Amino acid sequence: MTAPLLEVRNLRVEFATRRGVLTALDDVSLSIAAGEVLGVVGESGAGKSMTGAAIIGLIEPPGRIAGGEIRLEGERIDDLPEDAMRRIRGRRIGAIFQDPLTSLNPLFSVGDQLVETITQHLPLDAGQARDRAVELLQEVGIPGAEDRIGHYPHQFSGGMRQRVVIALALCANPRLIIADEPTTALDVSIQAQIIALLKRLCREHGTAVMLVTHDMGVIAETADRVAVMYAGRVAEVGPVRDVIKRPRHPYTAGLMGSIPTLDGEAEWLTQIDGAMPRLDAIPAGCAFHPRCTSRVERCNRERPDLAACGSGLAACWAPAATPALEVVHG
Amino acid sequence: MTMTSTTTTTALPGLAARIAASDLFWSFRRSPVVIAAAAVTLLLILVSALAPWIAPHDPFDLATLDLMDSELPPAWAADGDWRYPLGTDGQARDVLSTILYGSRVSLFVGFASVALAGVLGVSLGLVAGFFGGWLDAVIMRVADVLLSFPAILIALLINGVLRGALPDGNQDSVALLVLVLSIGLTGWVQYARTVRSSTLVERAKEYVAAARVIGVPRLAILLQHVLPNVMGPVLVIATINLGLAILTEATLSFLGVGMPSTQPSLGTLIRVGNEFLFSGIWWVVIFPSAVLVVLVLAVNLLGDWLRDALNPKLR
Amino acid sequence: MLAFLVRRLLQAVLVMLTVALLAFVIFRYLGDPVNLMLPEDATQQQRAELRDKLGLDDPLVLQFARFAGNAAQGEFGVSYRNARPVSELIAERLPATLELVAVAALISLVVGIPLGVYTALNRRGAISQALQALSLVGISLPTFVTGILLILVFSVQLGWLPSFGRGDVVDLGWWSTGFLTRSGLLSLIMPSVMLGLFQITLIMRLVRSEMLEVLRTDYIKFARARGLPRRLVHFRHALRNTLMPVITIAGLQIGSLIAFAIITETVFQWPGMGFLFIQAVSFVDVPVMSAYLVLVAFLFVLINTIVDLLYFAIDPRLRGDRAVAGGHST
Repeated sequence: MTAPLLEVRNLRVEFATRRGVLTALDDVSLSIAAGEVLGVVGESGAGKSMTGAAIIGLIEPPGRIAGGEIRLEGERIDDLPEDAMRRIRGRRIGAIFQDPLTSLNPLFSVGDQLVETITQHLPLDAGQARDRAVELLQEVGIPGAEDRIGHYPHQFSGGMRQRVVIALALCANPRLIIADEPTTALDVSIQAQIIALLKRLCREHGTAVMLVTHDMGVIAETADRVAVMYAGRVAEVGPVRDVIKRPRHPYTAGLMGSIPTLDGEAEWLTQIDGAMPRLDAIPAGCAFHPRCTSRVERCNRERPDLAACGSGLAACWAPAATPALEVVHG
Repeated sequence: MTMTSTTTTTALPGLAARIAASDLFWSFRRSPVVIAAAAVTLLLILVSALAPWIAPHDPFDLATLDLMDSELPPAWAADGDWRYPLGTDGQARDVLSTILYGSRVSLFVGFASVALAGVLGVSLGLVAGFFGGWLDAVIMRVADVLLSFPAILIALLINGVLRGALPDGNQDSVALLVLVLSIGLTGWVQYARTVRSSTLVERAKEYVAAARVIGVPRLAILLQHVLPNVMGPVLVIATINLGLAILTEATLSFLGVGMPSTQPSLGTLIRVGNEFLFSGIWWVVIFPSAVLVVLVLAVNLLGDWLRDALNPKLR
Repeated sequence: MLAFLVRRLLQAVLVMLTVALLAFVIFRYLGDPVNLMLPEDATQQQRAELRDKLGLDDPLVLQFARFAGNAAQGEFGVSYRNARPVSELIAERLPATLELVAVAALISLVVGIPLGVYTALNRRGAISQALQALSLVGISLPTFVTGILLILVFSVQLGWLPSFGRGDVVDLGWWSTGFLTRSGLLSLIMPSVMLGLFQITLIMRLVRSEMLEVLRTDYIKFARARGLPRRLVHFRHALRNTLMPVITIAGLQIGSLIAFAIITETVFQWPGMGFLFIQAVSFVDVPVMSAYLVLVAFLFVLINTIVDLLYFAIDPRLRGDRAVAGGHST
């Protein structure tokens, strides 16, 4: 098996606050192969965006990477000086954020922002860069790209803007794109289009994607593998079909069961009692154990590491040997 | 992870214990600058309140002034005299004493005008928010116009108008009243706006409609429910405005339209002392200036800290 | 665009009318003009004649119309204090104030903006902390104390700069300028520094807080994620977004400079409008007071309108072409 494109091992991110040190990511490990789409799901605050920010080196102080490694194509990138990290951003790792309205500088035209990014990474002159920019806009499906290149962000609709954002992220052909909730701020009808676009472009360019979202539907559509995060830790990782249909970790099972479906008979939706703990109040042992219905004595003492379980990995002392819930999904 | 320390609070009674354990106090304790500012402010308030008792001389009792003692430099200088620690002015008044009395006046006008502005602003805000309609529109329009001009200009204008309009307007005896009114009537806008928004929020809540249905008078609703919610921000505004009020008073007095030299504030002292600057008699203007600067700085620091500490967004 | 212009102009006219009304009320009802203009021993007859001549018994609306009409032509009657036409007095003094304000505004921008940018980009440096502390002192320092200190050091002790008056001025038509003579320029230094000092701290703090806000936005984050170098991110993107509101606020501050010039002119005996106004307030010289009110209000309204139009011209979001609305077209 070839080495993964991106490897995150035992990543630990801490925040120094007035009330002490908070651990936002605690021993997070995952990997992404070249060209693969890894979905990262979890509730708000589980650490999904934080993981993406850590990978691309954009964690704001007082946060910092306090332990572990991040390797891109075998080389460590978590301990690079800012200049070196800056050369990686955009060129080898790209990022897309949630709100297309605020991702683009309202005072610069779309063309300006494209050209400056292109000339930053590629040895093209202004004219060539402009042509490339128009090409990119066409590639992401903006009609009349030649005319609209001088337009400002507010002159585009939400879906269009996100296409521009995708164009910007892809202009230097990075190996990996971190897409942080790319469709959450868009209308439902547009979401499908954007996801389809992202999927197609990444397949065409061979770009891997780390797709961070809380929407399982998007994951089911798009991802090859999925990682489930909980309270700053990874609960389960595995191929998408397996994790959805045969979840091993009780939390994942609860998540899958709480999604309403149109097909299948009417059943009760699963509800997990309680709420995800705040970062300053994470339980000892397994973070999920207070809410877990299948916990054993060991769970409140020792924290489980990710261990092979079925076709993937799960961090659980009592994973479902046979599936806890055979949920019917399309 | 550490929670706020509880070791020091077990012995204190209820409210004090809550204050001591609160975020606010924690933030206070952490900043030595703010503690110093608070200490300085309290000291100045105390000292000036007690001025009639602790000042070495009474600078306004003409009988005690000996013109032979005029224009003496501070005690540590060559011709200085330890009876007059900071020197004397052209009329043999002890500078230290005049500063003590002057601070008294400055602080009084400052607090009084902030109180006036606060009461006026809160009332207008409550009225505007609760009753709405044209009353609200008028009040807010006036507020907008007031805000678009610098405070000093409006204070000057009100000052001039009051002097002309009040029967003895241009007399020294009414100067204090005119000054407090000038500054107070200028500063109500911020309070009014804040209170108005809070009132609008509360008014939309169901308990207000419920209370109206059972016949609770509107005024009672306003006072009992809206007012407590609004006190926090009002306090912050008041503290920040106190510095500005003291500064405005000093400026007006310096310009000659504030407190007269028979009942001087720090600003008046500076004005009078300024005339001696070229003769090399620097102490008459520098010491009152220093006290004014320290006072305003301390009050501003306190106001800044209070605003940051009470701002939920910065927690 | 045209609609906006018309609306703004209407607003301006409305404000001016309100101010004119206020000035009229002051003018008419404060003190008794007849008493103040005639000697103590004037007869009833003479008083009645003067009343008639001044039109004091005409219907109020007529009086106001007359006042407003006169005001629009710059005709405000005669000063009580020195029996000269108010318009003459103001014309004499206006250039002095305007030159002072112009230089102070320039100083505050040239010094304040770079300092603000520096303290925003180097938040935790020692110099920044020192500047921050100094700026707090700057805001707390009464402006007249600054002036007195300047005089103490540069006039009394060092004897380098004149401490009162404008120096020699050159008349250009009805405008008298101090820019063209050495003594005129020397005299300008201390007063404009004193006037500008408060502004410098204000601008510095404003630029700093705006820039810090901008640096936290998504589009700056995205710019960094695209691999743009710090120089571009800070000085091409962040600075432009920061300066937009700053320029407009700075423009509005000119009005406040005009007001604070009153203090500066008093400290330095600068023969400007502010000094004139203070003497008028002291004396309750009503015609001068109401003329100053109308003039300053006019300047404020003028500045506000220009600033609004400026905003319109430089913010692409407000210019012409309205966007393709909504999020449903792709």
